[in-house]
Amino acid sequence: MRNWWKVMAVILVFYTIIMGFLGEVPALFVLNETIRNLYFHVTMWFCMMALLSVSVYHSIAYLVKPLYEKDLKAASFAGTGLFFGMLGIATGSVWARFTWGAWWVNDPKLNGAAVSVLIYMAYLILRNSLDEEQKRARISAVYNIFAYVLMLVFLMVYPRLNQVDSLHPGNGGNPAFSSYDLDSQMRLVFYPAVAGWVLIGVWLTSLRIRLGILQYKKLSGELTNKKQGSYAK
Amino acid sequence: MQSKIILLLAALLTPALTFAQGPEMADLMRSNGKIYVVVVVVCIVFAGITAYLIRLDKKISKFEKYQNTKDL
Repeated sequence: MRNWWKVMAVILVFYTIIMGFLGEVPALFVLNETIRNLYFHVTMWFCMMALLSVSVYHSIAYLVKPLYEKDLKAASFAGTGLFFGMLGIATGSVWARFTWGAWWVNDPKLNGAAVSVLIYMAYLILRNSLDEEQKRARISAVYNIFAYVLMLVFLMVYPRLNQVDSLHPGNGGNPAFSSYDLDSQMRLVFYPAVAGWVLIGVWLTSLRIRLGILQYKKLSGELTNKKQGSYAK
Repeated sequence: MQSKIILLLAALLTPALTFAQGPEMADLMRSNGKIYVVVVVVCIVFAGITAYLIRLDKKISKFEKYQNTKDL
């Protein structure tokens, strides 16, 4: 069965929803039941990371061997990755309001996330502003590599520095992710959740890519029709 | 094990006892507070999104097949 991974994705997310609400979680002050957001909010960021990694892989592959499909794949994965990043910011904002007290706090991780999202928005705007196909592919591939490195610095390196204070676990001198808010019970839901949402993200992206290929074939078909007066591939 | 017995006792005796447990959690809510309703609602939403995705996937597949026969 060719689509087994799509079935897997749906099963995993259903498992996450059911166990995410009904499973046992550690009882902590301030967090209370919102600790369950770990299954939904943090997952969005893991999913974004995975998709953007695939995107930069295709960008590098394009620079090695310039093929139209690689550019399309890089752009599609970046687009879905950005989408999950925006969901991460929106969900994080709600969570922050009810645990830290404000929709937005001056936290290095939050600001880093905002900057990363802006960098990837710029990537998509840059792409759309270039008309010539090969130039667009080459420039956006190079930009994508810079964007990816910056995103890693802003999300993974900068918030972890000792000089900055962060409310996020594992950052700025706070206890690490694994030590208190991810006990073994929660891991059994969290990791399947990440896998499920990553697969959903890949599915969404695959639809975009397939549409892009169809569009490309149609466009190039029309062009050759005009030139030669008959349809040729 | 011990904590489970304490939780059970707290749940059975009086709601006031659960406050003494520490942070307030929805332990009672999940047994009879209709949290299952929320789970079912979210599941229906996700099932709807899945169905939508599957339909879209099939539609694109159809176009791909059409395109491929045109190529030949």
